[in-house]
Amino acid sequence: MDAMTILSTKGLTKSYGGIKANTDIDFALPRGKTMALIGPNGAGKSTFVGMLCGRIPATSGDVFFEGENINALPAHQRISLGIAYTFQITSVFAGLSLHENVALAARRRLGADVAAVDAKVADVLARVGLAERTDQNAGDLSYGHQRLLEIAMGLAQDPRLFILDEPTQGLADSEVADFITLINTLAGETTILLIEHNMDVVMQTATHITVLNAGEVLAAGTPDEIRANTAVQAAYLGTSDA
Amino acid sequence: MTDSQRSNVLHLGVIALLAVAFFILPTYHVGNLSRIMVLAVYAIGYNFLFGYTGLLSLGHALFFAAGMYGLGLSMELLDLTSAPALAIGLASALTISAVIGFLALRTSGVSFMIVTLMFAQAGYLSILYFGSYTRGDEGFVIQQADRVMFGLDLSNDTARYFAALVLFSICFLAIARLVQSPFGRTLIAIRENEERARMLGYNTVAHKLKAVVISGTISGLAGAAYALLFGYAGATFATVQYSIFPLLWVLLGGAGTTIGPLIGVIFMFYLIDLSSSITSAYMLIAGVVLVLLTLFAPQGLAGELRKRVFKWMP
Repeated sequence: MDAMTILSTKGLTKSYGGIKANTDIDFALPRGKTMALIGPNGAGKSTFVGMLCGRIPATSGDVFFEGENINALPAHQRISLGIAYTFQITSVFAGLSLHENVALAARRRLGADVAAVDAKVADVLARVGLAERTDQNAGDLSYGHQRLLEIAMGLAQDPRLFILDEPTQGLADSEVADFITLINTLAGETTILLIEHNMDVVMQTATHITVLNAGEVLAAGTPDEIRANTAVQAAYLGTSDA
Repeated sequence: MTDSQRSNVLHLGVIALLAVAFFILPTYHVGNLSRIMVLAVYAIGYNFLFGYTGLLSLGHALFFAAGMYGLGLSMELLDLTSAPALAIGLASALTISAVIGFLALRTSGVSFMIVTLMFAQAGYLSILYFGSYTRGDEGFVIQQADRVMFGLDLSNDTARYFAALVLFSICFLAIARLVQSPFGRTLIAIRENEERARMLGYNTVAHKLKAVVISGTISGLAGAAYALLFGYAGATFATVQYSIFPLLWVLLGGAGTTIGPLIGVIFMFYLIDLSSSITSAYMLIAGVVLVLLTLFAPQGLAGELRKRVFKWMP
């Protein structure tokens, strides 16, 4: 484990009964970079990040964060270490205001310091473009805005590692463009792990790409390397010359 | 006025109103109000778990009875005076709620309801089983001479009313403050979406356990105060009926509102009082009113008020 790696896994495996969702995944996430995790539907991407942040218990294998083995830590303690996670299916506090949604995310770190929490909330809501809606109920927002709120809740935690599970799913084209801009402004501030289907988003944000297929790592490298990789082309396009 | 100033005015106003009520209401209603305030403390305790944390317990009679018998038995069997007996009542409720919370929180939803119900039934049957000490269903009277605290004779109407008011005010204000604190807001977050709260880094199990203990201890405080102020402890208070009552009060008054518990108890108390003066089938009238209220004000009286008029209400 070198200082350039913020998170890594060794032999990470998840099986449901006899079916292996993830098999022996060795993975290293470079610090301060934006890594995209891609792969066809059912490749095991969500299972993999679920095991990283502790929502899904691993069958075997190890997860290291900042060099420490975090296998034994429950999800809330992993989050406390600085791993923020946004859900694939939007999961906000629908009955609470936007301000309170984000404040809950900020408060875990900032505690009872009301001024600091309020400042943080105002800052991240402005950043995702929801500043005027701060007193609205989260449940009244459009789907796209709820996704942005999810991202704001992640940002409010000042994460060291920010895991986004399909953040652009269901967004309009203009919203996707804004999202790409937002992620690129975060680059360098924090490490980002992005699960993404939209290849435009991946190519415009990621510095590294890991491809999962059938629960195994198919390829890993820079966007150019991945684009040129014949195995990846085969998995995605079904060409037989691989 | 900011929202928190508004809510302070509301809470202090309710307390002032209750104080004034003593001087202007007829004796009969003053007596009722003493009882209502103690039961409202029970409802406040219940509301903290159900209304703010989103955990529906069907076993709170156990905590109420723990306080009641903790105080009653230590006065009856150990000849303690009222103040240390009250402390024992509180300690019993705290201990029992911690144990029950630890065990029952392994479940959630309907299973949580059933597990708490079963524990409360076990508690009720234990009271009957140890009938030689507890006098079972018949219960026992706490002698008037023993019902004195800090020189005040609590069997006296005036002292009783103001003792109940002080107790109610402390719990009312403390909970109002607690639900607006970071801890209380985290509980609300757990009620709204537990998985999301957990994935924001909150230890939701520990938070829920604290909520059960706070709720159970306040319920026990109400039970102990009830025995002390009204001079009687009996197994009826440990029956399932007394677990359902606080749920009804809170639902009618408005779950997750600070004034809902008081409103719910007043409403239910006088609903039964008035309908029983009209007919012996008073539960029929009460039942119809409850159904109507559930249909047209599903969030309870205070809940509807908050939705329609006072959005700032805590």
